[in-house]
Amino acid sequence: MTDTADTRPLTGAIPSDGSALGLAGYHRSGGYEGAAKALREMTPDGIRDEVTKAGLRGRGGAGFSTGRKWGFLPRQDGGQRYLVVNGDEMEPGTFKDRVLLEGNPHQLIEGMVISAFAIQASQAIIFLRGEYTLAAQRLAVALAEATDAGFVGGNLLGTGYDLEIQLHSSAGRYICGEETALLTSLEGKRAIPRAKPPFPQTSGLWGCPTVVNNVETLCNVPHIVRNGSAWYRSLSCGEDGGTKIYGVSGRVKRPGAWELPMGTTVREILEEHAGGMQDGYRLRGLLPGGASTEFLTADQLDVAMDFGSVEKAGSRLGTGTMIILDDRTCPVGMLLNLEHFFAQESCGWCTPCRDGLPWIERMLEAIENGEGRPEDLDLLAMHVDLLGPGKTFCALAPGAMEPLGSGLKHFRADFERHIAEGRCPWRQ
Amino acid sequence: MALTTQQIAEINRFAGHYRQKSGAAVEALKLVQRSNRWISNVDLAAVAALLNMSPDSLEGVATFHNLIFRRPVGRHVILVCDSVSCWIMGCTNVGGHLRRRLGVDWGGTTPDDRFTLLPIVCLGACDHAPTLMIDADLHADVTASGLDRILEDYP
Repeated sequence: MTDTADTRPLTGAIPSDGSALGLAGYHRSGGYEGAAKALREMTPDGIRDEVTKAGLRGRGGAGFSTGRKWGFLPRQDGGQRYLVVNGDEMEPGTFKDRVLLEGNPHQLIEGMVISAFAIQASQAIIFLRGEYTLAAQRLAVALAEATDAGFVGGNLLGTGYDLEIQLHSSAGRYICGEETALLTSLEGKRAIPRAKPPFPQTSGLWGCPTVVNNVETLCNVPHIVRNGSAWYRSLSCGEDGGTKIYGVSGRVKRPGAWELPMGTTVREILEEHAGGMQDGYRLRGLLPGGASTEFLTADQLDVAMDFGSVEKAGSRLGTGTMIILDDRTCPVGMLLNLEHFFAQESCGWCTPCRDGLPWIERMLEAIENGEGRPEDLDLLAMHVDLLGPGKTFCALAPGAMEPLGSGLKHFRADFERHIAEGRCPWRQ
Repeated sequence: MALTTQQIAEINRFAGHYRQKSGAAVEALKLVQRSNRWISNVDLAAVAALLNMSPDSLEGVATFHNLIFRRPVGRHVILVCDSVSCWIMGCTNVGGHLRRRLGVDWGGTTPDDRFTLLPIVCLGACDHAPTLMIDADLHADVTASGLDRILEDYP
């Protein structure tokens, strides 16, 4: 309708007064046209092909091709299968799904309708973190509206396709965002991750084929179906398709979240949208995509924020929400805060994570308090290796090692100063 | 305190959404907690029986989740975000102010039973750090002086 709908399909229609876009407003922005097209004119395989061609990669952090993820489901045998929405946004520094859930809940529901049809699931569940109370209220209202309008429930749009959508509000713990732990939690058990394989697509919720997709990922699907994969690819300035909701938090002039072309540079996001650093603060480094990504430094601002480019620069796009480290904040203190989070949120299932992370937290605490020893730095580096990829049951501990390993490298002099001076130089 | 007829009906309704009733464990505990503030041993056993779970199995779920309280809490629960963006933006001052003002440490409840003070992980409002929640309400861009005014809304 307006140019914002063309360049910012996910957020362009969200009211600026903080309210949620209702069903009437969503219709005016072209809402549910994608669902009508998908259910009436397209086959499940056709939808999947379009989403694959669009280059949509998972927005929860891992960046796996959404179309390919759907493609791992076994052939439909008439049995139950599930679509589960991962709305457990709890990666520190990440606040992008909240924008979509609170501002445009119908967009997620439409994304679910199309995606569930594409994988031929008749049941879909939104797993929402318990603290997102406003999102829960607005989703409940939108689900009731969508059900009354015939977009959710039985015989959708007269096509004979049935879809039940259920909202599940959780009760805390970061590990619930790990997709297999999330499924375990939905079965009423402690949220411990599962071994992969089998992957959820073959054995997921209650042992049934299941796809777990992130909120932002699914919100892209209606636009891809309505406007086509070529249009979707043209939104991006990099190899991955579409837009991305980027965010910045920390000591910048205008912290916030913005929907921009996928592949926008760190510099543009930081300087043009976030307004640059606050007066009196200098940039020292940043975590580009949430707490479990590696530090980028002030000389890497021209890195494009897409999956491939950030990886080439030595980190990960993750959730695309940057956390800024300024020169008046202690890097050791920041890492202590991060590792405290990961140690606390470990589910306790595997030994390296359960016992290694608290050990790391204690070492960092000692260094921050001026009680560190020179050999602690090698010990920390050893733990970065011991808790790395492939050595733990899930990705929590390896994620925790990304800021630590890169922080030890980039801020080594700051660590050494803490140890040599026997105090934190940032403390009065 | 035994479950009310209404609570039992609600829990059964939740349970109907899942292939096995146990899927409703967290939602059932949250439902009981909304009226009772916390989950007593008696409530835990009653919910477990409704969901065809052993009490120990439900206990494993209840103690796993930080927002399920197995000990009494005050009329209002304050959850102060202590994750990285809020830490950079000064959540230590917010927590310190609250501890002094309420006269309790983390995990403590004021003697008048009004507030329980707890830390929480990232609340997903990092562009408005520091943040906290009181009951179901998010408060953002929190300052020590502004906090005193906010607390008045929670008698």
